[in-house]
Amino acid sequence: MIVDAFLEATIRTATPLAFAALGECVSQRAGIINIGLEGSIIAGAFGATVAASVLGAEGGFVAGALAGAVVAMLFAILTVGARVDQIISGTAITLLGLGVTGTLYRTMFGVGGVALSTPTFSAIPVPFLSDLPLVGAALFAQPAPTYLLYVVVPLLAWWMYRTHAGLAVRAVGESPVAAIASGISVRRVQFVSLLFSGAMAGMAGATLVVAQTGTFAEGMSAGRGFIAISIVVLGRWKPIGVALGALLFGAASALQYLFQSLGLTNVPYQLFLALPYVFTLLVLATASGRVAAPAALGRK
Amino acid sequence: MILSNTMVGKGGRRTAQWPAGVATMVRLMILVAVSMGVLAALLVVTGHDAPQALRAMVRGAAGNWYQFSSVTIVRAVPLMFAGAAVAVAFRAGILNIGAEGQLLAGAAAAAALASITSSVTAGIPAALVVLLMLAVGAFAGAFTAAIAAVLRHRFGVQEVISTIMLNFVALNVVGYLVRGPLQEPLRIYPQSPSLPAALQLPVLWPGSRLHIGVLIAIGVTVALWYWITRMAGGFRVRAVGLNAAAAQSAGRIDVGKVGTQVFLLSGVLAGLGGAVEYAGTTYALYENFSPGYGYTAIAVALLARLNLLAVVFTAILFGAIDAGAGAMQRDAGVPNVVVSVIVATLIVLVVLGDRLERRQTTLEQGT
Repeated sequence: MIVDAFLEATIRTATPLAFAALGECVSQRAGIINIGLEGSIIAGAFGATVAASVLGAEGGFVAGALAGAVVAMLFAILTVGARVDQIISGTAITLLGLGVTGTLYRTMFGVGGVALSTPTFSAIPVPFLSDLPLVGAALFAQPAPTYLLYVVVPLLAWWMYRTHAGLAVRAVGESPVAAIASGISVRRVQFVSLLFSGAMAGMAGATLVVAQTGTFAEGMSAGRGFIAISIVVLGRWKPIGVALGALLFGAASALQYLFQSLGLTNVPYQLFLALPYVFTLLVLATASGRVAAPAALGRK
Repeated sequence: MILSNTMVGKGGRRTAQWPAGVATMVRLMILVAVSMGVLAALLVVTGHDAPQALRAMVRGAAGNWYQFSSVTIVRAVPLMFAGAAVAVAFRAGILNIGAEGQLLAGAAAAAALASITSSVTAGIPAALVVLLMLAVGAFAGAFTAAIAAVLRHRFGVQEVISTIMLNFVALNVVGYLVRGPLQEPLRIYPQSPSLPAALQLPVLWPGSRLHIGVLIAIGVTVALWYWITRMAGGFRVRAVGLNAAAAQSAGRIDVGKVGTQVFLLSGVLAGLGGAVEYAGTTYALYENFSPGYGYTAIAVALLARLNLLAVVFTAILFGAIDAGAGAMQRDAGVPNVVVSVIVATLIVLVVLGDRLERRQTTLEQGT
């Protein structure tokens, strides 16, 4: 019983992290550190909130992906187009995203008071599989976005290593000079990779709204964009590894449920809130990411 | 490195037609004007009465002497500290985005000290306690920065991510403190008990809210400016920021040590800012203690082109924007989170402007 709730919470928490981290994985493979991912996530969350009341949960999800892609496009114009430093422009984009969504939210839905509520995906149990002991309910009784992830992860892994497009992305991240020599447009590849990362991050934000909370709160992305970057390092820039890394972080966040079920209630809950961030620091410190990173990562 | 050589205003460039100071002022005014334009557009899009809102903003910032001194300048003080913290770090090429968390740590430490001494009461002169509060705040800020500094120096963790993570950790620590050990005695609100009047920073003149913290802020910033521009230690900082490899090999500067020291100094400044804000303005610690000072400070520093004297002025500018936004919310119903939009827009414009300028100079010099 205890383990069931813990596993379910793990998968649920890992889903948005995995979306964001997979997106960041692709953009980093193309050599760009998208620190503006957080901005894409919150934009996706807000976009989903606005669209879901009109178009339902599915429409909200798609709108979130689009919103995230738009923010990433702004970032791309700055970094790929104007060659501004990636870190600075990413930070600015994140601040912009948080500020604009906060402003629009308060303007459209009022300052506090009325609780906003959007339609959400309900959990869809897969017949037979969801009855498996222990993992059945956790893995196969989740809302639709999680199932989308089950498809995207192996697809992305296949795409990255078995298609020309995936090879182009990896080439650009390893050696832009060599890529240009073989006729690949570095700028175009980076631009598209960033759009993809933005769309994925937008889906992460949308998941938070239309598949989990059913509402919007300012700053609800809560640093997931930065945690996603850490997950990419942990997963060694490989899609399967990144997905597993997201799972690990989901477990770290879900730990509070385990503790509660075990009766350890006198631990302040802020400790559990802070845990993913501390975990991120530990991962970045210990994972010797320098060796596995794309060689031209972060280069202008 | 990443920033310094583009950020720092170089006087007397071959192609400059105006003195560097004037050019900086002009570009500052252009940037502010464009940002106000963006703000106006956002206001119109969201259905607000833009002219009324903007008028309310200007009135709120500088409408009368009280508004200017007791609201705008008061809000500028933590931005001076945090802006100086960010500017100093950026000068060495260290992207300290953690001023927010370091500031919170400083405020929390000062509040903790205040709560301890209250139970010891008499015996210790109030002035000494205040000094200790500021010192403890500075230390707490340095400690928070030290975590990121060590992660950077020993483990190669990018400071942008580690400092942002620490911001969230600090936020949660404050959340825990104000609901636990530091909560006010009635245990109703998540905030610390009010600082007794004897321990509050004195105001500059009766009836004002402007406290001596502003003198500390200006004094510290000017001293820093002098150190950075005129003293050997500051020169090493600038050298490391401009070209770490050259500084290490040709200059034989211990780049790692300088980087860590600057990082700690940055933390000291932000922590001090938090303690000053606690002892001079808020008199209590609570969850939303910092409305994003650490992030606004990035814009403060960038807009000042990392010049510490200019930081005082850009901090006042942002204090004005903050005060104006508060008035805008009261009088025109515009949510004051719109400030972050202005801040972010300014950052984007500053970096874009610098990019264009570099390209322009490169073209003119024919390289």
